Amino acid sequence: MADSFSIPDQMSGRRKFLVAVTSVAGGIAGVAIATPFVMSMMPSERAKAAGAPVEVDISKLEPGMLLMVEWRGKVVWVLNRTPEMLETLVKVEEELADPNSEKPQQPEYAQNRTRSIKPEILVTEGVCTHLGCSPVFRKEIAPADLGPDWLGGFFCPCHGSKFDLAGRVYKSVPAPTNMVVPPHVYLSDSRLLIGATSEGSV
Amino acid sequence: MNKIIEWIDKRFPLTSNWKAHLSEYYAPKNFNFWYFFGSLALLVLVNQILTGIFLTMNYKPDAGMAFASVEYIMRDVDYGWLIRYMHSTGASMFFVVVYLHMFRGMMYGSYQKPRELLWLVGMAIFLVLMSLAFTGYILPWGQMSYWGAQVIVSMFGAIPTIGESLQQWVLGDFTLSDVALNRFFAYHVVTLPLIMLVLVFAHILALHEVGSNNPDGIEIKANKNPKTGIPVDGIPFHPYYSVKDIVGVVVFLMVFCGIVFFAPEMGGYFLEYNNFIPANTLQTPDHIAPVWYFTPYYSMLRAVTVNFLWVDAKLWGVILMAASVVIFAFLPWLDRSPVKSIRYKGKYFKTALTLFVISFFVLGWLGTKSPTPLYTLLAQIFTVIYFAFFILMPWYSKIDKTKPEPKRVKE
Repeated sequence: MADSFSIPDQMSGRRKFLVAVTSVAGGIAGVAIATPFVMSMMPSERAKAAGAPVEVDISKLEPGMLLMVEWRGKVVWVLNRTPEMLETLVKVEEELADPNSEKPQQPEYAQNRTRSIKPEILVTEGVCTHLGCSPVFRKEIAPADLGPDWLGGFFCPCHGSKFDLAGRVYKSVPAPTNMVVPPHVYLSDSRLLIGATSEGSV
Repeated sequence: MNKIIEWIDKRFPLTSNWKAHLSEYYAPKNFNFWYFFGSLALLVLVNQILTGIFLTMNYKPDAGMAFASVEYIMRDVDYGWLIRYMHSTGASMFFVVVYLHMFRGMMYGSYQKPRELLWLVGMAIFLVLMSLAFTGYILPWGQMSYWGAQVIVSMFGAIPTIGESLQQWVLGDFTLSDVALNRFFAYHVVTLPLIMLVLVFAHILALHEVGSNNPDGIEIKANKNPKTGIPVDGIPFHPYYSVKDIVGVVVFLMVFCGIVFFAPEMGGYFLEYNNFIPANTLQTPDHIAPVWYFTPYYSMLRAVTVNFLWVDAKLWGVILMAASVVIFAFLPWLDRSPVKSIRYKGKYFKTALTLFVISFFVLGWLGTKSPTPLYTLLAQIFTVIYFAFFILMPWYSKIDKTKPEPKRVKE
């Protein structure tokens, strides 16, 4: 039985060589024919072309209010933080995994304590860095389910990750990094462009 | 009739195969009710294929139309509700019978030599079944479909370096969208069922090569009647077990129909309430949990909350979850016991198996709950027990005090 899979000893060197060459050629042909099929599964030209920046009017965004915007199929939050909310950012810093936003989860202009251009306005993708759920905005202080130390922030219902009001991740939760701050720019005081760093660029 | 069979036999091995796999395939005579679940799994597979074909006639794999087309099947298509409930109940019942089938193998040592390959093919079937369940769950494009898919697909992103490109390749887009729904439909109705059928065929072929194990875990082929060459403890599969299996089928169908007609949602365990809401890409439901058959692994995924050895908690969770499924495949080499069946194994193995079953159920229950610090701690403890069952097995199965195996199977 096992003999039927092995190369007989009496096979000539020339034949062994031809068997090896044919096998290699067949293998290369297999990889070549698989390539177009595998590549057809990458994002298409249409998918790549989508993803234009979105303009948001934030003139009606009251302090404490959260606005949800869709950009590239993802949810982006625009949160107008009250002075009390901004105060909590300092208080929770000891419990955060990356309080100074050292990991590249934000553009340079948002690498500060508030992770924003304007201190009160937070712009962040509302996507948990663990497995892509959208966390819930929990602004109440010390609710029963989150414990007495909770000063407001974002809680992911899927796997229990916690973020502060600047989208910075707490220690000892499944999510590894702070939430992503997308590129954005203020076209005027109340006009915000998400997905680009100037009016012309994408 | 005989002439027709003769005509066929000269052209196709009909009678010889009938004999080899049914009327002269000798199975041990001491099968108990644990041996129903293999044939029941086959029955459920047939149910899934049949009902699935009829569902594709009305379902639309388009993010804009999928949810409405499922509701159309439920409300406007004649008997559409029945066909869909047979399919959705069949999915859960598939896991029920497969889990019982696997547990039978663990109890009676059916993975041990010479059945290692049979067990491995079975494990491959289990992986394909999980993929089928996952891709099928996405198709209605409800809230749970969408966010469940989001979580699972994001796991590819946890892999270092290639993760992000791999995730885009899987999705065919930069986010979970219509593109992914369309291709998951292709996997669910073409790719995976084809692989499943081939694997099931190989599983049965491998079984009939080595012969069935039995509750005593002894080889009936070791004791053959010298005159006939037939195992003295064997009886032909047909008609003895074919008829016995029909009794199992009748009982199974009673349970199955009971669920289909009276509790198709099974209190949110078979069909989750949040999935009756169309997918909303901007908002995750407040409480998300997978369908019951994935909850033990899901618990382990979120049990890891600390970074460890330069690997972050997210990747550890994914590794642990993958390992919790794949580790079953190593059982043939982890078990060092000289006996197969639990009947002759000692206290250590019995205790370990009991603890494993308890941890499987507790993890399964925890996976349906929202994470709180207490639940996370419980999940961590039971994850350790779950893995200890496998990792410590080479040790405890070796020093365990076993009883001598009998020469003949018990009546």
